[in-house]
Amino acid sequence: MGLLTLSSPHTHGPNSTGKVMATVALACLPGIAVMTAFFGWGTLINLALAIATALTSEALIVKIRRRPVSFFLKDNSALVTGLLLGLALPPFAPFWVTMVATSFAVVFSKQLYGGMGNNPFNPAMVGYALVLVSFPVQLTTSWALSGQMSGMDTASFSDTLQIIFAGQKELADAFTGATPLDAYKHLIVKGTATDVLAEDTFNGWLNGGWEWMNIAFLAGGLVLLWRRIITWHIPVAMLAALSLCSLVIGWDEDMYTPLYLHLLSGATMLGAFFIATDPVTASTTPLGKLIYGAGVGILIYMIRTWGAYPDAVAFAVLLMNFAAPFIDAYTQPRSYGHEKARRGLPEKD
Amino acid sequence: MTNLIRLHTFHGGIHPAENKQQSTGRAIQPAPLPPQLVLPLHQHIGAPAVPLVQAGDKVLKGQLIADADGFVSVPLHAPTSGHIAAIEPRPVPHASGLEETCIVIEPDGNDEWTEHTGLRQALSVDHLEDITPQQLTDHIRRCGIAGMGGAGFPSAVKLAVGKTPVHTLILNGAECEPYITADDMLMRERAEEVIHGAQILLHIIGAQRCLIGVEDNKPEAIEALNSALKKLNEEHHIDVVTIPTKYPSGGEKQLIKILTGEEVPAGGIPASLGIVCQNVGTAAAIYRAVEMGEPLISRITTLTGDSVSQPGNFEVLIGTPVSHLLSLAGYRPQSRERVIMGGPMMGFALPHTDLPVIKTTNCLLAPTEKELPTNEFAMACIRCGMCAEACPAELLPQQLYWFSKGQEFSKAEQHNLFDCIECGACSYVCPSHIPLVQYYRFAKGAIREEREAQAKSERARQRYEERLARKEREEAEKEARRKARAAAAEAAQKEKKAAASGDTAASPQADPDELEKLQKKLDAAQTAKTKTQEKLDAAKADDSLADKIPAFEAALAKTQDKIKALAKEIAAAKKAAKAAQNAAQSGEPAATATDKGDPNSPERLKRKWETALARLETAQKRLEQAKAEGSDTVPALEEGIAKQQARVDEAKAAYDASLNGGEVNGDAPAPAEKTAEEKAAETEALQKKILAQKDRVAKMQERHDMAKADGLDTVDALAGGVKKQQDKLQQLEQELAALNASAAATTEHEAS
Repeated sequence: MGLLTLSSPHTHGPNSTGKVMATVALACLPGIAVMTAFFGWGTLINLALAIATALTSEALIVKIRRRPVSFFLKDNSALVTGLLLGLALPPFAPFWVTMVATSFAVVFSKQLYGGMGNNPFNPAMVGYALVLVSFPVQLTTSWALSGQMSGMDTASFSDTLQIIFAGQKELADAFTGATPLDAYKHLIVKGTATDVLAEDTFNGWLNGGWEWMNIAFLAGGLVLLWRRIITWHIPVAMLAALSLCSLVIGWDEDMYTPLYLHLLSGATMLGAFFIATDPVTASTTPLGKLIYGAGVGILIYMIRTWGAYPDAVAFAVLLMNFAAPFIDAYTQPRSYGHEKARRGLPEKD
Repeated sequence: MTNLIRLHTFHGGIHPAENKQQSTGRAIQPAPLPPQLVLPLHQHIGAPAVPLVQAGDKVLKGQLIADADGFVSVPLHAPTSGHIAAIEPRPVPHASGLEETCIVIEPDGNDEWTEHTGLRQALSVDHLEDITPQQLTDHIRRCGIAGMGGAGFPSAVKLAVGKTPVHTLILNGAECEPYITADDMLMRERAEEVIHGAQILLHIIGAQRCLIGVEDNKPEAIEALNSALKKLNEEHHIDVVTIPTKYPSGGEKQLIKILTGEEVPAGGIPASLGIVCQNVGTAAAIYRAVEMGEPLISRITTLTGDSVSQPGNFEVLIGTPVSHLLSLAGYRPQSRERVIMGGPMMGFALPHTDLPVIKTTNCLLAPTEKELPTNEFAMACIRCGMCAEACPAELLPQQLYWFSKGQEFSKAEQHNLFDCIECGACSYVCPSHIPLVQYYRFAKGAIREEREAQAKSERARQRYEERLARKEREEAEKEARRKARAAAAEAAQKEKKAAASGDTAASPQADPDELEKLQKKLDAAQTAKTKTQEKLDAAKADDSLADKIPAFEAALAKTQDKIKALAKEIAAAKKAAKAAQNAAQSGEPAATATDKGDPNSPERLKRKWETALARLETAQKRLEQAKAEGSDTVPALEEGIAKQQARVDEAKAAYDASLNGGEVNGDAPAPAEKTAEEKAAETEALQKKILAQKDRVAKMQERHDMAKADGLDTVDALAGGVKKQQDKLQQLEQELAALNASAAATTEHEAS
């Protein structure tokens, strides 16, 4: 009688990579809801476009690579890449910017390295960095003003479609404006914190959208922690490092962006819980995750404060991606029965 | 008894579905006698047992049928009475799928016991304390007990603790694997046996306390153990410790951590912490062995899984076929059927069911496809780290996976691959369903193979170096001997000269004998020349020998030189003879024998005899030394001594003769050295050898070049061969040179 002779273990937990990715996507929902409420349809149209592009690119490249398409689409990793890019790009970004960023992320920064699990750099952030460097105008002038800030309603669905797909410049001007991080960085040079905060962009603290958006992503991040999809190390280290830098270096809000803006503006929370925690490209040891997260936090502060770009999550994450394998080699945990951890590279290699 | 022990926790761990209730509904049932019992000689860790019976022998239940082979081994007993049907290779439950020697017993149905008594009765003592630990350990060894928890380590070896005093005995009743309930049911139904076993074990190892660790999902077992403890009407130091249910708390290292907070050092054993850990089933078996004298011939095995209709626990004779047991439990095979020996986490899927139950078989699990699905394709590793969180050894399974897959074994070792206990927790939690443990097994196997190969080449290298050193030493010894001889010869020469200087005549010596000898040598050389010339001509005619022509030419040139030299010597000798004649005619006492000048004078002969005697003594001394050292030069030395003895006798005879009759035997005391003719012959033989050797070198070189061109991996070996042949050639050439030199010396000596 021929029996199946498989190797142990013969049983498996209920978890799957597709489920992990789906949980990540679901945890984004509060953030998406808040963004849509404050900044209008742009976010949803962006998301639809980015996800569609991501899935199509993934299917095409998998087909070209002669792999089973449905098997690879099932892992939901392309979905998450599209989702993150849809959230990261400005709500009124022209459609082609979104498409270029997403397809580049999926094809070049993921599949050409061998597909999921083999990419050294966070695909969404590679796509974002590409368009940020290539099309700086579109990337910096397409941020939506929240309804409250502009003192008017958000753009209607048809207006939004026109701005995104037809590039209606005049129409766009009514709804777009500088982000708080950008505004503070440039205005604080000319005045005091009180002057800057009197500006329209900041008129309505906890009323302007960016704060609520970050709080919503923080909530989604806590869901990921609760579901044990991510561990606390990277978000905590990143936020702590960012806060520490801000408190030590930028304590004077007449000169530097204050801490609450660092934490609750820009892509801070999205970055801390959804982007920097991408397991494929982050450090994987507990201590390594702390170092990695802290590195991201420090780089974000440095680029936001002294760099040319108002926000910095993408570059900070990509720079730390470079360091992740190195960090891992030196942060191995102590194993059972060992007096201390074995760290570094093997003696002869 | 309350839990007074402070519990610790180990890193990671998982909570798979327990699935234990299916098999705990019924009491342990004895499995009926099967038609045949197959007993592998190797059911434990260590050397296989050695059969003591032959096919056809009648055996009784409990009779020793195979004995332990060495310290780490256990004997085997007949599980029932019957006769030995065969001793032959049979498939055994082992992952290799290889067959191993088994003793096959056909039961007679009587189940008749051999004589057996408890150890106390056998030693006629009243109390367990009156038996020495050594006696108990020996008895446990004789009863064939090996760890029943899964690994099958010989229990007596574990109990023969080393220098570190043992303070704690841990009985492992955790049984953390899903589905398995053999230990659970044992503890429920035979708690006293476990407790008494613990007492015996405590007495053997001299520990102060015993902790029985049981997971909290077995309340009945804990209750039974505690009430058995209460029944003990004596002071004891046994505690039943309830531990949280978490896989793999039943791993020895994990259980030790839970109960003591200590960690077994990597690559070490619990004894180094003063801890001995035994399975509860082993403790019960030890009790039965000591109290009743029953060897290990049966065990409790769980039969479970949705493919059996009546799951439960059975008291099974070792050697019972799996198929027989499955049919007892109402087995209905499904499609894509698996039968797992052990649990779902660490068990081993049997290739078929014609395999015997062995001492370590705690469970037979026959799951349906629905129950434990198999068709999960692995996705890519996303390094999510869930495996690292689940790993009870605190490894980084995600990294180990990359290194194993990429065959970066040194990195895998650096990441403590060998601390992996293959519990399967990482695979269980892996969202990508990667069979991680399989990768680790592969990597471990590959590294072990690599290590073995390395050790082998290291041994070969050492052997080679030792050989070189030995050769060098021998060479040096030879050289030293040669120098000593040379010095002696020089001294003798000087003495001779000193003796001759007192004498005005006979310089140069003109002995007609000498002249004759030289003439003979010349003749021999000329013959050699002719022969070489013939050979040369033949080689020139034959294309296949063309490559030997230069060698022949060289040989010819040498012979010609030799002839010239000899001719010169003869001329000189003739001249000297003439001069001597002239001198004699002129009345000078030139060649007349003075005592000292005459080689045949009694005094010289006596000296010769004495020298020979001295040499003999030295040789004998050397022989004794060689014998003491066990050197392989002994036969050669003995031969040398025999020759020397002959020379001594000869010298003595010559001396005696010269004394007695004053007659001189001209032919007597032949010089120890070879004559020129002999040397010439030897030279020729050697030259032939050299030619052959040159041929060999060329052939070897050719093979090496071909291998190199084809990129074969035999290149290194062939290069070694070339070197070896070249060395040999060099050696031969050196020998030839030495021979030529000595030949020249001989001619010189003879001519002088």
